[in-house]
Amino acid sequence: MSKPGPRSLEWGLTLPPLFWLTLFFVVPTAIVLLYAFKPTELYGGIGEGWTLETIRALFTRSTLILIYRTLYLSLTATLICLILAVPMGFYIARQRPKVQQLLLMLVVLPFWSSFIVRIYAWKSLLHPEGMLKQLLVYLHLVSEETVFLYHPWAVILVMVYVYIPFAILPIFAAAQKFDEQVFEAAMDLGMTRLKAFFKVFLPSIKNGLFGAVLLVLIPTLGAYVIPDMIGGPDTEMLGNKIVQKTFVDRNIPAAAALSGVLFLGVFLPLVFQSLVQKRQGQTHTVKGGH
Amino acid sequence: MRRPRFSGFVSIAVLLFLYIPILILIISSFNASRFGGEWEGFSLRWYVRLFQDREIWHAVQNTLIVGVTATVISTVLGSMVAYAIFRFKSYLQKISFLLTYSTLILPEVLMGMSMLLLFMTLFVPLGLTTIIITHTTFCIAYVALVVLARLEHFNIDVIEAAQDVGASLTQVAFKIVIPMLMPAILSGALLAFTISIDDYIITSFVVGPGSSTLPIHIYGMIKFGATPEVNALSTILILITFFLAFFTQSLTKESVV
Repeated sequence: MSKPGPRSLEWGLTLPPLFWLTLFFVVPTAIVLLYAFKPTELYGGIGEGWTLETIRALFTRSTLILIYRTLYLSLTATLICLILAVPMGFYIARQRPKVQQLLLMLVVLPFWSSFIVRIYAWKSLLHPEGMLKQLLVYLHLVSEETVFLYHPWAVILVMVYVYIPFAILPIFAAAQKFDEQVFEAAMDLGMTRLKAFFKVFLPSIKNGLFGAVLLVLIPTLGAYVIPDMIGGPDTEMLGNKIVQKTFVDRNIPAAAALSGVLFLGVFLPLVFQSLVQKRQGQTHTVKGGH
Repeated sequence: MRRPRFSGFVSIAVLLFLYIPILILIISSFNASRFGGEWEGFSLRWYVRLFQDREIWHAVQNTLIVGVTATVISTVLGSMVAYAIFRFKSYLQKISFLLTYSTLILPEVLMGMSMLLLFMTLFVPLGLTTIIITHTTFCIAYVALVVLARLEHFNIDVIEAAQDVGASLTQVAFKIVIPMLMPAILSGALLAFTISIDDYIITSFVVGPGSSTLPIHIYGMIKFGATPEVNALSTILILITFFLAFFTQSLTKESVV
């Protein structure tokens, strides 16, 4: 009787998912990048041969403004998420296990509820007839003419709303491992509370901060529903342009070239992160710790 | 030690920020008024109207077909990925790990775009099948993530002991590994299902005529004049997802993120 060896078991388990992901993930991603080098025909559709024309068109003023705006909106949203998530992660990490479970559940719960619905909730809040506006007008904080929707800050606000759970969780996980006695020792040695926070606490949760930045930055860089529903002409982002080029202009190569830009925007921070972590690993080995 | 007043204050503010919009949405779904601004009394008229809307029911049906099919396929594939990564620490598994996790990193717009171009290149007409294939692809990683987390506490000696006393491969799989991993496999499946039924961005690229899922349909309703029925529909969806979240949480003691 012959039993299948571990090697054939490994291939049997690995091949089907690997095949699926190659066909429906690797190949399509490669196709997108390839289409950026295809010429466009006058009435939409893809021409024969290859060209660099679409790539060259990326370096026009309007595209550069688009890229700058995308970076500006997503980086601002990421920064605000961090500023709120650091104290919150710190706070949750210091609670009793039961309270901790409850708070974490409350943070994760909105992530489970519908993405479209959460954005819609803000759209109706910010709407000229909406409750927030009515309340602020009633309190004489804003005038009747103020428009909340379509403004870049409205887009940033909703991005923070949707993605802040992604920032809180990795920071909490890092803060939980932080030894509070180190913090107290620093204060005993004469550091102020604020100084100890910046010089001792923040460096020790560095990996959590990196994780938070990536988890918020990646989806916000590719955002298109939020600027589409909440924003206006001043908040058009890369994602909106890709969708517009694909479905309205039917210019697939242009959409593919913009997708390539987005791809780089996500890929570069990841490379940066792994480089930093590698360097960290090396300094650790030099110190002989782990 | 001083109590952390500032961080406590921020935490409460963030929680209020997270829940107040949802609460207002739920309240306004019971408002008789067509406009959210003022309260004109409690009413269920938007719910009644919702249940008479045929198109919504069609979208619900599509969402469930896609969700269930994609969940079943991705749960099988995702569990296989996770178990192989755990059991064999080879070069092949490193590639498999990298590939699986890359699907989580790619922005949704890019994934949608790439799937659209694949189907275009292969002349596959867009419809339920293309949505199912796409959902399965992005769900695999979520299932693998949850199952792999559970495998960290898995005792491999049990398998070796079983093999020593002559258990066959199928016996090991169906009598030991799968039953022991069942809670993780189920919560991975639930996570996949929740993400599938909620997906808008990627689906919007590969949706064809007549195959609109619920998020696609809701987006259309909002885009072309928000009706109060959207509030009612949203409230129902929020309640269902909250229920699913609690159910998943009770399946695994570790929190599912």
